[in-house]
Amino acid sequence: MQLTLQPYRPALMRFQSLIALFVLCLALSVMSDKFLTVANFWNVLRQISVNVCISTGMTLVVLTAGIDLSVGSVLALAGAITAGLLRNGIPVPSANLYVGFTLLGAIVAGLLTGSILGWFNGWAITRFNLPPFVATLAMLTIARGLTMLWTEGFPITGLGESFTYLGTGWLLGIPVPVWISAVIVAVAVLLTSKTRFGRYIYAIGGSESAARLSGVNITRTKMLVYTISGALAAVGGLLVTSRLDSAQPNAGISYELDSIAAVVIGGTSLSGGRGSILGTVQGAIIIGVLNNGLVLLNVSPFWQQVVKGIVILLAVIIDKSNAKSES
Amino acid sequence: MLTVEKITKRFAGVTALDGVCLGFGAGKVTAVIGENGAGKSTLMKILSGVYTDYEGQIFFRGRPVRFGSIREAQACGIAIIHQELALIPYLSITENIFLGRELTTRWGTLDRKAMRRRTRQLLDDLTMPLDPDTRVAGLKVGQQQVIEIAKALLEESEVIIMDEPTSAISDSEVAVLFRIISDLRNKGKAIVYISHKLDELFTIADHYVVLRDGKSIESGAMQGVDHDSLIRKMVGRDIQMNHRQSAGAAYPPLLRVENLCLTHPVRKEELQLDNLSFTVGRGEIVGLFGLMGAGRTELLETLFGLHPKRSSGTVQLDGQMVPLKAPIESIRAGLALVPEDRKRDGLVLGMDVQTNISLTALSSIEQGGLLSRSKESALAKKYIQHLRIKTPSAKQTAKNLSGGNQQKIVLSKWLATGPKLLMLDEPTRGIDVNAKNEIYKLIAQLATDGMGLLVVSSEMPELLAIADRILVMSEGILTAELSAADATEASILKAAILKSERAKE
Repeated sequence: MQLTLQPYRPALMRFQSLIALFVLCLALSVMSDKFLTVANFWNVLRQISVNVCISTGMTLVVLTAGIDLSVGSVLALAGAITAGLLRNGIPVPSANLYVGFTLLGAIVAGLLTGSILGWFNGWAITRFNLPPFVATLAMLTIARGLTMLWTEGFPITGLGESFTYLGTGWLLGIPVPVWISAVIVAVAVLLTSKTRFGRYIYAIGGSESAARLSGVNITRTKMLVYTISGALAAVGGLLVTSRLDSAQPNAGISYELDSIAAVVIGGTSLSGGRGSILGTVQGAIIIGVLNNGLVLLNVSPFWQQVVKGIVILLAVIIDKSNAKSES
Repeated sequence: MLTVEKITKRFAGVTALDGVCLGFGAGKVTAVIGENGAGKSTLMKILSGVYTDYEGQIFFRGRPVRFGSIREAQACGIAIIHQELALIPYLSITENIFLGRELTTRWGTLDRKAMRRRTRQLLDDLTMPLDPDTRVAGLKVGQQQVIEIAKALLEESEVIIMDEPTSAISDSEVAVLFRIISDLRNKGKAIVYISHKLDELFTIADHYVVLRDGKSIESGAMQGVDHDSLIRKMVGRDIQMNHRQSAGAAYPPLLRVENLCLTHPVRKEELQLDNLSFTVGRGEIVGLFGLMGAGRTELLETLFGLHPKRSSGTVQLDGQMVPLKAPIESIRAGLALVPEDRKRDGLVLGMDVQTNISLTALSSIEQGGLLSRSKESALAKKYIQHLRIKTPSAKQTAKNLSGGNQQKIVLSKWLATGPKLLMLDEPTRGIDVNAKNEIYKLIAQLATDGMGLLVVSSEMPELLAIADRILVMSEGILTAELSAADATEASILKAAILKSERAKE
């Protein structure tokens, strides 16, 4: 693992965020007797798992010096597609019948939806050389609109116990969403640190022209990165839908911001080439614990937002001074 | 005009300057020479107000001064032209030149007309026939350097520091620059001139100052020293420029280029490369010379597959067709390119030495689909030793190394692909004498081992020393093919300006 962490400097260098997390937890356990309980522990992890899924994809995108603003909308559409297929199937008016979907079929369709939208992002960015910000901003609107069209603006509910198991169930004493996000993180860590694809991501973010001259297929790498981001947003969509037993047309609004916050707090540079998946996981946990603690302490939601913003600022300032002192 | 007494500057643990005493006279061109790391850049940064905490005294026109910022130094009349270009790509030439000191009309709005007029005048003085409204982003490195010089000339400074001003510009531009420097000298300005190209110092400089390991070693008049004695003073020992012993014409064919064309990206009917045909043999070093805009870099880029849509012609390497479609295809065919701009195109500066070296050869360090750490560090170690890359460790970030060592990393990453033909674009630009010699030796060794080399360089003595054969380009066509034994600087230059002359007649 040394190979993986050292060159890119993030996780090991980021003891600060671990310490910050520890101090945060310590303070919260003193201030609230509900914080340090087993039930709350799993509750926090369960809540974080959606953001961890999305942010893992976002980290890959940001490492290439890109950004994916569409994850919140993609999450909503993927969740709605799965819920709709599961509940209603596809109507075929000419034959006056409905094509039903199995649980697995509906889930695959949801994941495919996310992947296709992500692929489209990548295509628009590489084919027309669009700034990722613009391309994914467009997708943010498109996917939200498609969600509204598909759900006709109403939640799709009553999805069945086998589906809600995904978001609410337990496996070997650990919540299922935590399993899912842990597997995703493990694969992503392996991908970024131990494979050619991962190395290409860092190289493109560090210097796209140097990467191109080194024989890196920029187009293919970026397409894959955005497709993965879309697919992982879809996973997040399944988890959210499953937990609520309902696909909300306005699910996932502003999730892209929480995700970018996790990436940035985790020490990944928005200009690309520097950062790590594990850093992002820490970032997501810090945000999650903070959210949880502020709720437990009965802080008003308005103040919660202010506090979160300040934490993001502080995290980035500390990270910057770290980077400076290193060079 | 400007004297420096006992300047000492320390960085964490390292003494960059150690009691340096120097003087720069009005109406004189003073050359500051020394190897990389000798302290030249640090000294210039102190003189121009970049570094503000140092020990010692600076006297400007007899009065002690201490600059707190670049602006203060500028206001005093000290301008610096940095080696690294500091232009804003999306502004026009005029806007760049006047940035921060825009002319205004009496109503406070920008006086575009006056600024454009002055810019045109500056460009005319530099015989750079460019439209003042051209965006800098569209200019070649050499042209940008000229804009940088124009920018400093606008200030009419009393002391002008030039850091490697000729490193990227062609000989004709150098001649223009030297004429301008002479003019400035005659107007009584003090010119501080930093360059690695010793030959040009004999043309332009009046005095020299040698820095070595942060100390001022010696100074004196240029008359009375020669090339070799200057080098001795710089490095503290003798260095021989190894002239290559050409074995003759018996190189088995390796690269065969036929009718290679490249159309202009905007003006489609214009050819940037016009029916080029040539060969490079196995074990042969072919030098490629041309003035600015001759198409040298474009030729290398085209061979490397960077202009797939605009190129045509057939290229064979070792009997196999090179598709000219994408770098990866050219790499697979056995080509490698050490690019001109190593900081942008050669390296991922934020990555460490090891990851940079392995980037082109990741498949060779894979084990079961995953990258093997031990294989990667073994690969890096091999090249760090082989090319004698001076780095504290393989995990050092590339941007913290000197230019020469960075170039060795770029060479390493390409040697790691096991190329049949290595193309080098200005391989020794901005590199100190020692590293240069090491790179020359490496090039010769690679040729002896059977690799073909195609070397682009603006430095004719360099090409004459290392190449077996020299190709000369002018405005997209090959104008001469000379054996190194017969070639002289005059014959090369004549061929390099051939087409333009013909066009004028």
